[in-house]
Amino acid sequence: MTAADNPKKKLAGVVDMTHGGGGRAMSDLIEKLFRRHLSNPALDQGHDAAVLDRPAGRLVLSTDAHVVSPLFFPGGDIGSLAVHGTLNDVAMAGARPLSLTASFILEEGFPLEELELIVKSMAQASREAGVPVVSGDTKVVEKGKGDGVFISTTGLGVLPEGVAISPEAARPGQVVLISGPIGDHGVAILSKRENLEFETEIRSDSAALHDLVAEMINVDPGISVLRDPTRGGLATALNEIANASRIGFVLQEESIPVSPDVQAACELLGLDPLYVANEGKLVCICAAERADELLAVMRAHPNGRGACRIGEVVDDPDCMVIMETEFGGSRVVDWLSGEQLPRIC
Amino acid sequence: MKYIREFRDGKLARKLAGAIAREADPARRYHFMEFCGGHTHAIFRYGVQDLVPDNVEYVHGPGCPVCVLPVRRLDDAIELALTENVILCTYGDMMRVPGTKQQSLIKAKAGGADIRMIYSTQDALKIARDHPERQVVFFAIGFETTTPPTAVAIKQAHAAGLRNFSVFCNHVLTPPAIAHIVNAPAQPGEDPVRIDGFLGPSHVSSVIGWAPYEPAARDFGKPVVIAGFEPLDVMQSTLMLVRQINDGRHEVENQYTRVVTREGNRKAQSLVDEVLELRETFEWRGLGSVPHSALRIRDIFAEFDAERRFAVSPKQSREVKSCECPSVLRGVKKPTDCKLFGTVCTPENPMGACMVSSEGACAAYWTYGRKREASRAVRDAVA
Repeated sequence: MTAADNPKKKLAGVVDMTHGGGGRAMSDLIEKLFRRHLSNPALDQGHDAAVLDRPAGRLVLSTDAHVVSPLFFPGGDIGSLAVHGTLNDVAMAGARPLSLTASFILEEGFPLEELELIVKSMAQASREAGVPVVSGDTKVVEKGKGDGVFISTTGLGVLPEGVAISPEAARPGQVVLISGPIGDHGVAILSKRENLEFETEIRSDSAALHDLVAEMINVDPGISVLRDPTRGGLATALNEIANASRIGFVLQEESIPVSPDVQAACELLGLDPLYVANEGKLVCICAAERADELLAVMRAHPNGRGACRIGEVVDDPDCMVIMETEFGGSRVVDWLSGEQLPRIC
Repeated sequence: MKYIREFRDGKLARKLAGAIAREADPARRYHFMEFCGGHTHAIFRYGVQDLVPDNVEYVHGPGCPVCVLPVRRLDDAIELALTENVILCTYGDMMRVPGTKQQSLIKAKAGGADIRMIYSTQDALKIARDHPERQVVFFAIGFETTTPPTAVAIKQAHAAGLRNFSVFCNHVLTPPAIAHIVNAPAQPGEDPVRIDGFLGPSHVSSVIGWAPYEPAARDFGKPVVIAGFEPLDVMQSTLMLVRQINDGRHEVENQYTRVVTREGNRKAQSLVDEVLELRETFEWRGLGSVPHSALRIRDIFAEFDAERRFAVSPKQSREVKSCECPSVLRGVKKPTDCKLFGTVCTPENPMGACMVSSEGACAAYWTYGRKREASRAVRDAVA
């Protein structure tokens, strides 16, 4: 007798093709796992679509696929990451996230016990963020056609009146702030990769940033740009903004926070922390005269304790990111070419 | 971080810069070839060129293992990777290097070849142990630094009777390359390379010691300073080279005393000697055939030699026409002298090996040094 035949029995065993087949096994999986842990009024309606009240204000919508390997890493797992990643994308527009949807692609043979851990972690991240998962979907692919679990999430948010945050809005004379030390997520993932495992205390910084963003906007609704430096790291985020805003950046290397552990791991592996991913940091570009006030608010928030000012926006038709090195020289901080580390989020 | 930051100290850098500026004779130019890609990388990443006077110029050398591997050997590796039942293990840098007709290991992988990126020869051995039904080939490249681990892996495979493991050996040697660069006649249509001294290899020298460079310094009259890879190492070595030239000396000096001795690592040397032997000649990208400049697997370990286990077919290998990698590797041209640089050849779409590796001169120019003048202008505007 399989778990599907007995709804009272705890889910055990592995994902098989029937879990995606639309029959009783699938219904059982949804009931025992997804609805049980993620329960909220909209999800509990049992529709294929969630019915939501219409909020006042402009809507913000963002979607993100998560394929991180390994699925569990120090400081998080694919479940919490799938919540944080999408919430942060919504938050970087300046919006307050309202709800999430999630779709799971499961590989045949994946242990249900591990799936439950992932869903529980997702539920906890969603509860802590105060943003419910209101609709979802599950598909199963044959063994060898996936890598355990892939999760796509979509986030819906609402934009406060008067906020006009955009990657095109950076202007010369403004300053660049970062909410804390860079590179923790990428290095934490790397430390658990097969063939590369090394002993480290580094944990992923994976966190939902919308609460921090709300407090920042409270102090300065005129913030020009917010960006979470995920894949490609700080360097890539700044190059994207430079190109979108047609400006340049000058950074001071000595002011860019990197923890000693991340620095050491990067030295050893030949990585540049500027290009290593973060999942709980944001870059903020704002008027120079608002910087101190914003930094004070950021530092008072648990997700912005290590906030500091790292550089300025300059007029530059070539849209380059230049860094004054601690050594006393200068260098171009270019786009990342190729992939420094694949499948980190 | 302890023992790292100390070698990147800005105050000390300015002191050294002051000394170099005072001692460098304004009436002459100093052309120093930094042999290793690690030096090239440090010079660009930390902006060392900004700190030395204009008449001190760094000429980028061939010490990037990915860059000097000739296209034919890469084509052979791709063929091995595509051989049925083979798993090819390679260091990550090799993946995107273009072979003939822009084929590469990464494209072969996308086409279905089983290619694994590894960080150590021990990973390759593990893959071989885990897959006894497959043939695991380690694509061995690099200078004397990466050679001992290859020798160890072959000895371990031998001891364990690991029948499905072999090595495609492409290890090359530094001293013959230095001798070749100063000694080789200029190519038709090229100016002879102008080199007044060498920043000598650092990690390589930790294995072979600094004695092997003495003949080159003595016979060709070029000072050599064994230089560490941190930016302060590069600057101190530059000052030592300036002093040698001003004094009319041409000796081997050792700046990297915290790691390198005259004799080097005897144990590593004897391990390599036990497993590998000199090739009569070996082709280098840029330098052409250089006698006694590479190693192959000794007969007693022949069963672990991929060149003997698999019959790779002779092929018409060709580099991209008008790619100047060969001249860049000899120090005759700068990356910016190449028509392809930054137009069709970028790190996203490399035409030559020097654009792929972070140690390659073209990639370093592109990533850190591109539009230096423009970046200076921006900096001045801020100041």
